[in-house]
Amino acid sequence: MNWEILGIWLGAIVTLCLYSFLYRDNPFYKFVEHLFVGMSAGYWVIYNIENVLIPNWWQNMFPPEGGFNGIWIIPGVFALFMIARILPKTASLSRLSLGMIVGVGAGLNMVSFFQTNALAQVKGTIFSLASGGVWSIFSSLVLVVGVVSGLVYFFFSKAHTGVVGRTANVGITILMVAFGASFGYTIMARLSLLIGRFQFLLEDWLPTIPRLLGLGG
Amino acid sequence: MRLVIPLAITFTAGMIMILNFFVPHQPFKFLGENLQEWYMIVASGAIFLGVMNLMHVHSRKIRLKQKNWKYSPVTIIGFLLMLVTGLIYGVAENMPFDYLFMNMVAPMSATMFSLLAFFVASAAFRAFRASNWRATLLLTSAFLVMLGQVPIGAMIWDKIPLAKVWLMSIPNTAGQRAVMIGAAMGVVSTSLRMIFGIERSWLGGAD
Amino acid sequence: MADFYEKLGNLDRRIIFVLIALSVMIPIIFNMVFPNPVGAEPSRDMFDYVDALPEGSNVLLSFDYDPSTMPELQPMAEAIVLHLFKKNINIVGMALWPQGASLGQDAMSSMADSLGKVQFEDWVNLGYKTGGGVMIVRLGSSMSAVFPTDRDNVPWSEIPMLRSITNLESFSLIISLSAGDPGIIQWVMMAGDRFGVPIGGGCTAVSAPTLYTYLQTGQMVGLLGGLKGAADYETLIGIVGGQAVRGMAPQSIAHVVIMLFIIIGNVAYFLQRKKGGVK
Repeated sequence: MNWEILGIWLGAIVTLCLYSFLYRDNPFYKFVEHLFVGMSAGYWVIYNIENVLIPNWWQNMFPPEGGFNGIWIIPGVFALFMIARILPKTASLSRLSLGMIVGVGAGLNMVSFFQTNALAQVKGTIFSLASGGVWSIFSSLVLVVGVVSGLVYFFFSKAHTGVVGRTANVGITILMVAFGASFGYTIMARLSLLIGRFQFLLEDWLPTIPRLLGLGG
Repeated sequence: MRLVIPLAITFTAGMIMILNFFVPHQPFKFLGENLQEWYMIVASGAIFLGVMNLMHVHSRKIRLKQKNWKYSPVTIIGFLLMLVTGLIYGVAENMPFDYLFMNMVAPMSATMFSLLAFFVASAAFRAFRASNWRATLLLTSAFLVMLGQVPIGAMIWDKIPLAKVWLMSIPNTAGQRAVMIGAAMGVVSTSLRMIFGIERSWLGGAD
Repeated sequence: MADFYEKLGNLDRRIIFVLIALSVMIPIIFNMVFPNPVGAEPSRDMFDYVDALPEGSNVLLSFDYDPSTMPELQPMAEAIVLHLFKKNINIVGMALWPQGASLGQDAMSSMADSLGKVQFEDWVNLGYKTGGGVMIVRLGSSMSAVFPTDRDNVPWSEIPMLRSITNLESFSLIISLSAGDPGIIQWVMMAGDRFGVPIGGGCTAVSAPTLYTYLQTGQMVGLLGGLKGAADYETLIGIVGGQAVRGMAPQSIAHVVIMLFIIIGNVAYFLQRKKGGVK
């Protein structure tokens, strides 16, 4: 048995163990489920050491050409404070690290979300009206009316009665179409994952069985 | 004091990032760039915290012989297997760490999520009801997308993919955009509340 | 008859599971391949944009996914890498998700081997970094500050193809293959809108509807959505019998089966409601 075939068999065994859950929960499924969690955690730790901590922290603090850059002690200490959360006595230190994470995230997201997901979207909606052709104009109108009425639906500071209520109703209708599209795409996504696994079992793993039994192929 | 320092750090870090956006010159450029690099290291700490917590939970389960404790050693052994192979051989291609990832972690992860296909089909059969005209509209939209996204749609009628493209580009975009703009305004206000210390739930409920 | 529908409504879910499995297995076993016509889809826009890039350009390819979405995104990764290599475009790979670094390496090295492309001259895998959007902003001012080494710890200065690269503006295009957060949204926000670099991408079918908003505004040059997007790209670059194109037959049959489930479920529901069993 070569390493490639062993790899295919390892993959097939864990795949079949996990699919056994479809019949009912069982020890094979539980075993592989727990193995998956442990191995994934190991992968994350190794990549964080090899791809983040060594090149971006350690080698900045102790450059390969020699010397010591003391400023890099600060992020190291903050990272340690984060880990300190594991012990009840030192847990409050993690607030300092969380403060930094939350502050950077909030500062960046505030401007970026406003620019990309609010201003650019409003601009895109307004400029869509400029395009020609009867069908294009109709589509643009649907787009503009859809966005505006959808926003009205999410505006809860005013009661949804009268004109506001009727506009919000148009908004719900547009949202239903969008949610339907999302649902269709979600079904597609889940099935694609299943197809990928079945392609592996039927096209990669199954042909190895006659080979192992010496039946050619 | 235990709250003032974290809130001061949040305010300072948040303001540096905002000023760095509007004034990409010194000293904000220098401060912003350093903060961005430090952020990566501190975020790494969060990953270590998560993994240590996982190990803590499972060793506790074994120690106290809690329900399903017999599987906890599997998690710990799986973790150690990746850790040891990674530390000894590194992440290079065709080395034991990479071999274990490609032949065990990848199939396990892919299969775990592919199970959802069965459950989504079962849920659609049981719960997806055209009980009013809006639900019918949702169902129609889903059917159009499901047919338009696959070759069989074009085989049934060649206009189905065109209708799907229009539905995705216009009504879907309108609906998604309304949600997106609304959520963006929410992010802006929550971020401001965090930077100015009004929103403090991330501190863990302490007052 | 109504009793029959009532029983149908309470069908054992394992029967549904078997039918779904069969609808996927049978087309694969019988090697069914359906033609995959590519209309005026965002996947064509993506192909056209990449195809128009001049030879020798630099493209940043970010593998922002993990094996849970591999069946959708790995065929996209392989097709895009093949297209870029055939056009003699330099690929700088990286990942916002740790497991994407290994999957990207697999896609790039297997294609490079088959086309005789040389690592560090035609392609490089810079590996994974934490930080998502925050890290992307830093890439906008300096790539080497974030990636002092590649995935295997080879220093930036020792990689010949990186000499012409300073920051995100050194790239003609950024392509993110994204399974969620961080992914395309962060690239559009932090690289596209902030530094003006064109963004293209591929995503899981789940996130495609949301990302259509960025297409209409021009914030993205093109998008491959789910397995259909991957199949479109394979078709457009002329891959015969690619994994995604082969997946379109089981995908079609399974969609029809699920639609039939929904129709039968609704018929059973309405008949029961008519009888007064369901409100």
